[in-house]
Amino acid sequence: MVEQLSVFLENTTGRLAELTRALGDAGLNMRALMVADTSEFGVVRVICDRPHAAADVLENAGFSASLTEVIAVEVPDRPGGLADVLEALGHAGINVEYAYCFVEPSADAAIDIFRVDDPVRAARVLAEAGIQLANADALYLPDSRPLSDIVDTGV
Amino acid sequence: MFQPDYEAMSRKDLEALQRERLQDTLDRVYHRVRPYRDKFDEAGFRPEMVHSPEDLHKAPFTVKDDLRAAYPYGMFASPMREVVRLHASSGTTGQVTVVGYTRADIERWSDLAARAIVAAGGTPDDVVQVAYGYGLFTGGLGLHYGCERLGAAVVPISGGNTHRQVQVMRDFQVTGLACTPSYALLIGETALEMGMDVREFPVRFGVLGAEPWSDNMRTQVEQILGITALDIYGLSEVMGPGVAFECECKNGLHVNEDHFIVEIVDPDTLEPLPDGESGEVVITTITKEAAPLVRYRTRDISRIVPGTCPCGRTSRRIERIGGRTDDMIIVRGVNVFPRQIEQVLVGIVGVAPHYQVVLTKRGAMDHAEVHVEIGPEVPFDEVKALENLRRTVAAEIASALAVSIDVKLVEPKSIQRSEGKARRVIDLRSEGGVQ
Repeated sequence: MVEQLSVFLENTTGRLAELTRALGDAGLNMRALMVADTSEFGVVRVICDRPHAAADVLENAGFSASLTEVIAVEVPDRPGGLADVLEALGHAGINVEYAYCFVEPSADAAIDIFRVDDPVRAARVLAEAGIQLANADALYLPDSRPLSDIVDTGV
Repeated sequence: MFQPDYEAMSRKDLEALQRERLQDTLDRVYHRVRPYRDKFDEAGFRPEMVHSPEDLHKAPFTVKDDLRAAYPYGMFASPMREVVRLHASSGTTGQVTVVGYTRADIERWSDLAARAIVAAGGTPDDVVQVAYGYGLFTGGLGLHYGCERLGAAVVPISGGNTHRQVQVMRDFQVTGLACTPSYALLIGETALEMGMDVREFPVRFGVLGAEPWSDNMRTQVEQILGITALDIYGLSEVMGPGVAFECECKNGLHVNEDHFIVEIVDPDTLEPLPDGESGEVVITTITKEAAPLVRYRTRDISRIVPGTCPCGRTSRRIERIGGRTDDMIIVRGVNVFPRQIEQVLVGIVGVAPHYQVVLTKRGAMDHAEVHVEIGPEVPFDEVKALENLRRTVAAEIASALAVSIDVKLVEPKSIQRSEGKARRVIDLRSEGGVQ
């Protein structure tokens, strides 16, 4: 299971820049970013280093940030790769709320992020279908403590 | 003039008439309306302490809460067998206040509305489109009866369906229009979108009211419709449209002083202010039978326009209403108090009771948008959940306020907190003007 940073944003000019600047100033690197928007507001989803620390940084900077559990799948970089994954989920009756993907420069695979209604069962279904889930530590530096703690203990 | 005997009567005669009618009204409410008897007794006030309108300041005020406490009929001075009509007005807590009319009340109201139509240039030959809402709101039926009293042909189209308004205005050869100023503007703009120019229609005059408007707005209405646009003032608690009206001199609204006594008081000290000074409009009805009011605080801000009017009417004039002493706003003719919105929000999980109402102009119409902070417990990763939340808030507000207002979800803590009185209404209507 992978922790994704979710941030609620009003549709106002410069707000996304402020968000990314806050993360950048805290030395947090983003691996992927996806913006879902409506005419009234947007939701920004981020895979980044130390997601707990990132949520803490953003809350302190006046953003509404929370962590969302998503599943990350290593999809072979070939035609039909993603379709195999979605079909496996579909046949098991698992609904995908949203999905986005990014490419790992070091690997010959794309990483697909899925938000599903039942992540635990989804992980099992995919494993049974022989589809490789990506581990959190392959994508970012997992942390379960806020940044301040990490700094204090010198990690 | 529709009733020159009254509209142009000498000040001396008018004041004598006012004295007599005021005395009757005070006696009537003291003997027939329990809340008034209690209020007068409590204040140590007796009707016989008033010998002329100048003595009226000795009487206690009536406020909206008095009417609300007496809901629905506790303030009526006539038995229901004499009441022939009921109207209602919205209140701060969703609680409406009810106003009743005897047959004679309706007759007088019709006369007063007819005075306003005549002052705007209306005659029995005219065809008047009444595009005020018909129903519990007094606008539609008030002007309707005024037109019929005058003998003009009334087109009771009510509000809404603007394309049809334009079509009817052209096809029926309408010569007069009665509606809110913003709706008049919308009709003009809609006609242009439909490829028609209302200036080429026979329509000559507008009797416009039920919302505050400016001279700037008047100019726009007059230009786009090619009409003379005059203001009419009234409030349902007091009667409805026709308490005061503008004449073609466009310099203040003539108060129908043979039926209403208007005072201007300092909204803080409640002391009467001399003519010319701005304050809260306080109205005493002196001919109403079913629902008389003594010193009713309207919360509307105006002043007496000094001097006499060249039109020949002898009644004093009040300036166009310049604002409110409370935070009430009017959205498409419906009274909205920010507190009502607050009450809705505290009942909804997922939003904070921090909000602002932002008023702008969208074309001709006033546009209201409520900005609401989302609460920390909202699963804001899901757009669907946020959309549902937004729809819930909008639906609850529409249900509680009887008018739909757009809702915008904003980030927590993004609405400026105030040290003192929270600034709940941001009015950008005059800044942006009409787009």
